[in-house]
Amino acid sequence: MAYALQQLINGVSLGMIYGLIAIGYTMVYGIIGMINFAHGDIFMIGAFLSLIGLLLITSGGLLDGPGAIVLVLALSMAFTALYGWTVERLAYRPLRGSFRLAPLISAIGMSIVLQNYVQVSQGARVKPIEPVVQGGFTIMQEGTFAVQLSTMQILIILTTLVILAIFTWLVTRTRLGRAMRACEQDRKMASLLGIDTDRTISITFVIGAALAAVAGTMYLLRYGVIDFYIGFLVGVKAFTAAVLGGIGSLPGAVLGGLLIGLIETFWSAYFSVQYKDVAAFSILILTLVFMPTGLLGRAEVEKV
Amino acid sequence: MQRRQLLGTVAGLTAAGVAGLGAGRDAVAQSGTLRIASVGPMTGQYAAFGAQLRAGAEQAVIDLNAAGGVLGQQLALEIGDDACDPRQAVSVANQMASRQVKLIAGHFCSGSSIPASKVYAEEGVLQISPASTNPQYTDAGGWNTFRTCGRDDQQGKVAGAYIAKTFAGKKVAILHDNSAYGKGLADETKKSLNAAGTTETVYAAYTPGERDYSALVSRLKSSGVEIIYVGGYHTEAGLILRQAKEQGMPVTLIGGDALVTNEFWQIAGAAGEGTLMTFASDPRKRPSAAEVVARFRAKNVDPEGYVLYTYAAVQIWADAAKKANSTDPEKVSETLKSGGPWNSVLGPISFDSKGDVTVPDYVFYVWKNGSYGEV
Repeated sequence: MAYALQQLINGVSLGMIYGLIAIGYTMVYGIIGMINFAHGDIFMIGAFLSLIGLLLITSGGLLDGPGAIVLVLALSMAFTALYGWTVERLAYRPLRGSFRLAPLISAIGMSIVLQNYVQVSQGARVKPIEPVVQGGFTIMQEGTFAVQLSTMQILIILTTLVILAIFTWLVTRTRLGRAMRACEQDRKMASLLGIDTDRTISITFVIGAALAAVAGTMYLLRYGVIDFYIGFLVGVKAFTAAVLGGIGSLPGAVLGGLLIGLIETFWSAYFSVQYKDVAAFSILILTLVFMPTGLLGRAEVEKV
Repeated sequence: MQRRQLLGTVAGLTAAGVAGLGAGRDAVAQSGTLRIASVGPMTGQYAAFGAQLRAGAEQAVIDLNAAGGVLGQQLALEIGDDACDPRQAVSVANQMASRQVKLIAGHFCSGSSIPASKVYAEEGVLQISPASTNPQYTDAGGWNTFRTCGRDDQQGKVAGAYIAKTFAGKKVAILHDNSAYGKGLADETKKSLNAAGTTETVYAAYTPGERDYSALVSRLKSSGVEIIYVGGYHTEAGLILRQAKEQGMPVTLIGGDALVTNEFWQIAGAAGEGTLMTFASDPRKRPSAAEVVARFRAKNVDPEGYVLYTYAAVQIWADAAKKANSTDPEKVSETLKSGGPWNSVLGPISFDSKGDVTVPDYVFYVWKNGSYGEV
């Protein structure tokens, strides 16, 4: 029981990070029907920017503790959003009227560009940091096995929930959200009705990148080791999460992220650690066979 | 207009780059130098070790050239990047062979060295690895394979016996990353541990390159593991240890020679205190190395880990070529096996008929306060 609870905590905190990144995939797909393959690398940029921010702030000795983390998060979100906007402006907008595969290929190109850019400018070696958020609680004791919930895990879960609530509100209750949903349903019609579709799409990319930056910051603080290549593996997992949850659906992305995190964790916990990815992807295949639109996807969206 | 300008700049830069490469190549060809190469993970996860190989090879070439080169010819060093990826290793090997390189002081990862050595054998290139410890590398029987480090069966024997003796009665987990090096080492350690009468509680493989090992750690915790033996590289070992301490496990981590880089401590942080690893007795402290170590220190390079092993690989090859009075790889190979012992920064070294060092010595090191020293 205690063991399962511990694994549940591990799985949820991992799944939340996947979920945050998956939102970026799902929002972009929803609005322009394109898989943004560079999104995993935007996450990596977010992690590097928070590393730079963290070093600047802590070495300057200006701030310490929670204030520093909030500031790092804000800085990283702002600058990563700028990257997200630039990527859209440079690589996707010029291809807006082009055939469907063109932006997909330029997304793959953008992913390679970002990876190499960071590799050249930051070096190829891994960048470790000392643990920043330490401590935790023992929430249950069973024999010699103590269930640990670390402060960092609480931070990840709370941050994800708060950010998710804010963005759900943004998409469902505001004018901007209405414009986004209108673009999603019919871009041409939306523009005829006076919605600046290019601007709306840009904002979608900016929001997606800001969420990836949150994930990047959490990732850096939780694991403490990043390199220019982290975007690939995490990006693939988050993309899988978006598809599993139903691509285009916001709650679906988070649900998918949680499920992937939990499947990986529980498979490692009770079966073989080695085959956890096989398990996660097998479940993805099974889900898609029986529910082709994913768990929360809507069947009527005909984008493919 | 703006876009055209941008394109123009990119084209200009590319042209300049290509021209630069061409110029470099011609310079090498004209002066009639001997080409040798060091190949290792210059990028990626294990780039810290690639840097060690590069530092060792560069210094060796500088020193040899200052002393008049080899057989009257100056040496030119090429650096190859295999990123510890077996496929990339093979393509780099082909590239090096096509450039008529006489010696490869590399690769680093066993998983890269083994497939690359087959290419070198066909193409007539001598390979001396400073770091690949998997037995298969020389056991495969290639005429061209040598190493200046020990073997995993020797390393595992020392590790298994030590664990069984020092940590008698404690629960041991053996983990590996499924690489040629990691699995090889873990299996050898398991063999000698079992022979000493201790059976491991957990034996499992993990996926390298990930960051979240908390599920694995919780699993070890519920089995009451007190000793974790990791057959794998420093990034994953550091992360596993860090996450184990986070979950409140009072464990001791034991690893192999892939933990001898300061990066391990940066990753593990204070959790790394007391970590044990097997490595040859510190080559930096040997009298034969004093002069070279001073030269490295003067350049602000710490000759840690494999730096001196790479230096020795180049140095021994040069001596053998001089003795054979030829740089023909097959002749040098025969001379290397029969003509020892060779005086190197590592002390006198002899090779057996397979190309292994005849007297390897593995001892235990412990990490304390950010640096490692012999136990």
